[in-house]
Amino acid sequence: MRYVDEFRQPELISRAADEIRRLAGTERHYRMMEVCGGHTHAIYRFGLKDILPENIELIHGPGCPVCVLPMGRIDDGLAIAHEPDVIFAAFGDMMRVPGTQGSPLEHKARGIDVRIVYSPSDALKLARLNPDKHVMFFAIGFETTAPSTALTIMRAKAERMRNFSVFCNHVTIIPAIRAILDSPDMRLDAFIGPGHVSTVIGCRPYEWIAQNESKPIVVSGFEPLDMLQSIVMLLRQLKAGEAKVENQYKRVVPWEGNRAALKAMAEVFQLRPYFEWRGLGFISQSALRLSDKYAEWDAEQRFEVPGIRVTDPKAAQCGEVLKGVLKPHQCKLFGRECTPEHPVGALMVSSEGSCAAYHNYEHRKAAMVSLSSIA
Amino acid sequence: MSASAVFAESAPMRFRDPQIEMAHGAGGKASRKLVEGLFAPLLFGAAPGPLGDAGQIDIDGTKIAITTDSFVVKPLSFPGGSIGKLAVNGTVNDLAVSGAKTEALVVSYVLEAGLSTQVLETEVRAMAKAARDAGVRIAAGDTKVVEHGKADQMYVTTTGIGRLLPGVIIDPRSVRVGDRILISGPIGDHGITILLARGELDLEADLRSDTRSVLPLVESVIAGAGPGIRWMRDPTRGGAATSLNELARDCGLGMVLFEDQIPVRDTVRGACELLGLDPLHIANEGQFLAVVSPEYVDAAINALGLAPGGYEAQVIGEVREQPAGTVLVTTLYGGSRIVDMLVGDPLPRIC
Repeated sequence: MRYVDEFRQPELISRAADEIRRLAGTERHYRMMEVCGGHTHAIYRFGLKDILPENIELIHGPGCPVCVLPMGRIDDGLAIAHEPDVIFAAFGDMMRVPGTQGSPLEHKARGIDVRIVYSPSDALKLARLNPDKHVMFFAIGFETTAPSTALTIMRAKAERMRNFSVFCNHVTIIPAIRAILDSPDMRLDAFIGPGHVSTVIGCRPYEWIAQNESKPIVVSGFEPLDMLQSIVMLLRQLKAGEAKVENQYKRVVPWEGNRAALKAMAEVFQLRPYFEWRGLGFISQSALRLSDKYAEWDAEQRFEVPGIRVTDPKAAQCGEVLKGVLKPHQCKLFGRECTPEHPVGALMVSSEGSCAAYHNYEHRKAAMVSLSSIA
Repeated sequence: MSASAVFAESAPMRFRDPQIEMAHGAGGKASRKLVEGLFAPLLFGAAPGPLGDAGQIDIDGTKIAITTDSFVVKPLSFPGGSIGKLAVNGTVNDLAVSGAKTEALVVSYVLEAGLSTQVLETEVRAMAKAARDAGVRIAAGDTKVVEHGKADQMYVTTTGIGRLLPGVIIDPRSVRVGDRILISGPIGDHGITILLARGELDLEADLRSDTRSVLPLVESVIAGAGPGIRWMRDPTRGGAATSLNELARDCGLGMVLFEDQIPVRDTVRGACELLGLDPLHIANEGQFLAVVSPEYVDAAINALGLAPGGYEAQVIGEVREQPAGTVLVTTLYGGSRIVDMLVGDPLPRIC
């Protein structure tokens, strides 16, 4: 398959792995954070840990939109879903995320109209097909998905759709990285930068990480070869004592970002003064809401929203895992109370969540006698 | 769900979920919990043993394989098949991979008031043709009609009885370290075809469901490698990953798959990449998995290759001692990942 197989070629991958081993040596330990949940998923899915030397430690970052959403927001969205004649539409990722009274799927089983959509425009299509219902799109995601939400809202306005609204949970990546760097228990050497987010925002917004924090960052693609090449680039910077922003994912990410997408976001959204992130707490100017001229399509303005705040279950250590302080399996609930079938925290739900990725792809490997016996 | 029918006292129920969710019908982990935690203890009593695709009953010394399957696929017809064809082949295949040739089917319809007669006629004709093609007699039937809106057009249940084929014993507990894992052809065609046929995604691809009777392939592999065959299963809902996880658990060994050997069409791979699905979790309706002892593996592949529609059969992995009870996929470049049973239900009502 084109655009995929080229980046999974065994010979190239083993050459990249050799180069990483050569650069990494054995003298010191490297801690690199992959910011994006898509990278976390790729690391486990492709078994990249098996081919990296032991002194390269990958720390899973906060870039999984489902994972950082506090439970109260899910409860708020589901409260609207319980209003008469409302259709709750969301990405499949959201469907099994637990709220206080169960996940959207469990609400669906109790008779609430919950639909999976693959894009915000599909939710708008649902509204067109159901003129006597109100379709509320539960929007999540970083700058990756925010532009498509913005364009859909602009379309809804242009078509004067009255039976459509968006419950906006869009967040922005830069304040989250800043919060991670400000966290006192966090020691990192470098960042594998988020690929999809950067297709929209470009590479410039990361320059402060290199300049002020002296940490190298390489914006990376999602195939095995992309990620290994990014690690090579980071090691070369670290060995040379440099800290700069580099773009490994040039085939997709323009340095300046996507102007049209940024323009649509600026048209529709404005920054919230602060927003709660699961595990990271309140972060100022880290999330988007609909601007006043689109208030009519803002579910938070059209409906009574209870504004529920729910504290995470005490025993769950989602926050520590999200910040990379704990590995998934070091959480007290991992694999016992919290499993992909019965998730306690969102990290166990989303395929981009480090707990789900670790549980699905990795954790029983520890029981194996030796991986080297596998041809 | 089938098990050896025995007259047993009920065992304690272990199913704790408060309500039935779509995932309980998805063929993955939740389905397994429902079957093992509620149906099996209440219907079969304690410890029914590994649950295969069909049960066996003994009538005056004659062993008969029996199984049943309901079909609720949406949409009713799709490229390569329809609910009628699926309903016949699904039950024929469950019996075939249990080492039995279907002798007769019983058909039961639940129809929604308002269903067009033309749609019903088309599906009944499709069933008649599929039954003829598979050499199966339809021996009895039943019809119920429910109010408009209480069912989605039509549901079909088929129950089949079959004669056990000589020369093969299917038992997950007979699987040994070093055995090879075979698949009869490319995986994921059915599930992805249904997903695309619903038209909910703006995706189009030239792809057909693999719906077919696998009996000719099963007969051929038994003729060529019968004594070496330990286990067979048609990986429908939950895909190959779920079937192999069940096997891994039943025999306590590790199933190691070689990713580059698993046949997947580019269209299916492409759709899975886009949607974040694993082809190993996608349903099939015309393929089967087999575990064969190493000395018979070449004979099995040759026999499949000579049978019509078996030329894409492949050895995709082998049985190892570790990771016990687990399915592991290895890549050409030395990485590996665990593949669990399907969790949740990415594609409801695919069969």
